[in-house]
Amino acid sequence: MNQLAVLQVVLPLVAAPGALLFRRGAGAWSVAFAVSACAALISVLLLRQVASGGEIVATLGGWPAPWGIEYRIDAVNAYVLPIVSVINALVMLYARQSVAAEVEDARQPLFYATWLLCLCGLLGILATGDAFNLFVFLEISSLSSYALIAMGRERRALTASFQYLIMGTIGATFILIGVGFLYISTGTLNMADLAARVATLEHTRTVQAAFAFMVVGIGLKMAMFPLHLWLPNAYAYAPSAVSAFLAATATKVAVYMLIRFFFTVFGAGFVFDSLPLPPILLALAVAAVLVASTVAVFQDNLKRMLAYSSVAQVGYILLGLSLGSRAGLGAAILHVFNHALIKGGLFLALGCIAFRVGSVNLASLSGVSRRMPWTCAAFVVGGLSLIGVPPTTGFASKWMLVTAALERGWWPVAVVVLLGSLVAVMYVWRVFEVVYAKGAAEGARDEAPWSLLLPTWLLIGAGVWFGIRTETSIGLAESAAAWLMGGGP
Amino acid sequence: MTSQALLVAALATPLAGAALIGLSGARPNAREGIGIGSGVALCASLGWLAPRVMTGERPAVTLAEPFEGFPIAFSAEPLGTSFALLASFLWVVTTVYSIGYMRGHGERNQTRFYTFFAVSIAATMGVALADNLLTLFIFYEVLTLATYPLVTHAGGRDAKRGGRVYLGVLIFTSMTFFLLAIVWTAIETGSTRFTPGGAFGDDVPPAVLGLLLALFVFGIGKAAIMPFHRWLPAAMVAPTPVSALLHAVAVVKAGVFSILKIGLYTFGLERLATMPAAGWLTWLAGFTIVAASIVAMRKDDLKARLAYSTVSQLSYVIAGALLANAAAVTGAAMHIAMHAFGKITLFFCAGAILVAAHKKKVSELDGLGHSMPITMGAFLLGSLSIAGLPPLGGTWSKWYLAVGAVEASQFALLGVFLFSTLLNVGYLVSIPVRAFFKAPPPGAAGFREAPPACLAAIVVCAGASVALFVYPQPLFRVAARMAGLF
Repeated sequence: MNQLAVLQVVLPLVAAPGALLFRRGAGAWSVAFAVSACAALISVLLLRQVASGGEIVATLGGWPAPWGIEYRIDAVNAYVLPIVSVINALVMLYARQSVAAEVEDARQPLFYATWLLCLCGLLGILATGDAFNLFVFLEISSLSSYALIAMGRERRALTASFQYLIMGTIGATFILIGVGFLYISTGTLNMADLAARVATLEHTRTVQAAFAFMVVGIGLKMAMFPLHLWLPNAYAYAPSAVSAFLAATATKVAVYMLIRFFFTVFGAGFVFDSLPLPPILLALAVAAVLVASTVAVFQDNLKRMLAYSSVAQVGYILLGLSLGSRAGLGAAILHVFNHALIKGGLFLALGCIAFRVGSVNLASLSGVSRRMPWTCAAFVVGGLSLIGVPPTTGFASKWMLVTAALERGWWPVAVVVLLGSLVAVMYVWRVFEVVYAKGAAEGARDEAPWSLLLPTWLLIGAGVWFGIRTETSIGLAESAAAWLMGGGP
Repeated sequence: MTSQALLVAALATPLAGAALIGLSGARPNAREGIGIGSGVALCASLGWLAPRVMTGERPAVTLAEPFEGFPIAFSAEPLGTSFALLASFLWVVTTVYSIGYMRGHGERNQTRFYTFFAVSIAATMGVALADNLLTLFIFYEVLTLATYPLVTHAGGRDAKRGGRVYLGVLIFTSMTFFLLAIVWTAIETGSTRFTPGGAFGDDVPPAVLGLLLALFVFGIGKAAIMPFHRWLPAAMVAPTPVSALLHAVAVVKAGVFSILKIGLYTFGLERLATMPAAGWLTWLAGFTIVAASIVAMRKDDLKARLAYSTVSQLSYVIAGALLANAAAVTGAAMHIAMHAFGKITLFFCAGAILVAAHKKKVSELDGLGHSMPITMGAFLLGSLSIAGLPPLGGTWSKWYLAVGAVEASQFALLGVFLFSTLLNVGYLVSIPVRAFFKAPPPGAAGFREAPPACLAAIVVCAGASVALFVYPQPLFRVAARMAGLF
């Protein structure tokens, strides 16, 4: 059973060359989909096991830690793994027709192989308990995501991908330097082992520098304001399915890395008490929420608009983290899940529009609700969730965040959270006004096919379901927060 | 049927109605039949439930518990049940009226219109029957969103601009002030349940309580206290039945109802009466009463005048709730119903005038009483009721409000109430007067009344205003019970 933790990472890695054996897209897709479904299944099994019985530890090759690499699944990554793998499976279901329309047939096997590598990288980051192994998986996922973005329809995808490559490589290098410094001063790479040793070395420059490099490097990968510049173009010009996949998973995995290093490796005491970090994080988070949301209001390309909104949402997550309390951490972890659902669903809805209309520019979408009523309805529900209207997941996140901020007595922070959702009203409502506009484009009904609509509505529907039945999501987020803060499950 | 089943029926009926209306779009008669049918069913279940609630039953139902200790739950208590009953009865009347209006006026997208109308009523039921602040907030927001397509129904530039103001003010106030106040209350008290006598302990500092009260009063933008009243005139771009039911009854009354309920069950009257913040907020309500009346006098557009009159009348309820003595709260609760019947009559008349005579401005109404005697007669009754003059129902609510002001020794506020009555006579009663006594412009048509469906609705509502003068006891009993008058 413990080896499931390893299996779900190895499976996509092994299957990726398998996808290349096919000449046409359909075959490669079926391999990719089968693997994605297996990974989703495994991650749910892992979550159930962790929820009932605590940590899962798997050692690779029988080498005991700290010499060998071990995979550790605890309350935190057991929670993030299903987010990534289940959403990936849904997006993969969606990908067949969407990718067929956007990527030429001969390149599709390559495309799916790259996608599986990217999945392998993301799951690897989540599962591993080894700092250097984490860096390796980070590179696997990053390099493959550069390739995925570059396969977008427009030529601008190439520059977007290149821009991301430069920024992403700087980020990865910083993380590597951080890991290197930690290794120099402690002589170990195993995270649990590192945590024990770092505790006595907190005052040394090396450890502090390692920490600084890690934060900036991970900040780049998670699009922490103002290190987010790569993200809008990357999301805007990637193929629709890739935008949805990356938006729902990649930044979330980076957030996980930050949380893992903050709380497991360096320890909450070091991060929040010894260093002047909370005010810095808080300032960046507030700036992200307000500035990125405002920029989103002025975007005409809707994928760019959602991308800026993602930067703002990462700001909310960071805001929860910077509160440094258990409630704040719980709210941040909850928002990782909720935002993955919301943003994934919204990008899928945009993909449906791109599939039929061929463009996601606001100017070409006037009155499109008459052609695609179901897609537009999905966008409306997702948009309301993004704003945080009750009873959606967005509201649940906001409630938890505001509660956490007020519990600490930081009411201006609570006000920022609420103001952020007002700006969200502005950028979401612009879209509603256009797609439901009267007169123009009263063409016949021309709805997206079922294979696109079904995954879209599954994610959007989950975004409402988990806003009402929050026992699972909030319960798991809170137990993860409790685990990280050392209070026991 | 058990009381709990009736409560569930009251919440589910309008939603089921909305779904059926949406599905029956191709057949207008079936669609409107379903609308009236679900209205009658809703009204019946509430009418069945209300006497049981008055005898002390408190049926409750929990839908879900999204946050630990903060469920989405409903319960029926006298004030909320009466408000729900009022809204559901007027929903039936308005649906009858809408048939005449929407067809007579040749409106498009009628299915969408009736569907969102039913959803709005469902949201109103949620607000009326909410058991705690979280539930109330959820349905308050749903109500804002469900009425947006109705406000922008016409779809033109004006509608879009009006819709933006509507949504902007309501979402801004509710998201920043109302939600903040609710979360804060949740942290201070550990629950948001409505508890008779108030939920705050004695350890909460008075400054925090004052701030919370201000956040609640400003956050409930639907109550339209100045300076957050702009959305109400902006919403007048909607078709008249929407203005009549939603912006004279359901939406605005959901606002003042929420303030009343928070006053009664979150703060508690005893605490509220001694709070300095309540004092100056009462003054703001008094200012709104006079200022909105003065603005209304200067409006030539009939619906805009009615909208400002609504802003003014809503602040009577706010002032009554904040005075927080038994008489004032009785008056405030009664005024919710009295103003509802009066103002819905006036809006129905405004719509009838638009459909039959194609007139929107007050200055065009000279002599209209000769061609539309029933409509203008009802207009007279409605405006007298709103001014608070006998023999109409509005007399009683204003009487208790005035008594409440005297009991609280707020003589200046009493002056405001009386002065505003004069202003009401000036800008509302003057309209039927000029319609009956001024000479019609040359070439005016002879007798040309509104469609029968419209007239029926107008007569029912105007008649109800008269009936409530003669027989206000049921209403008084509910209000006085809540206020602890006996």
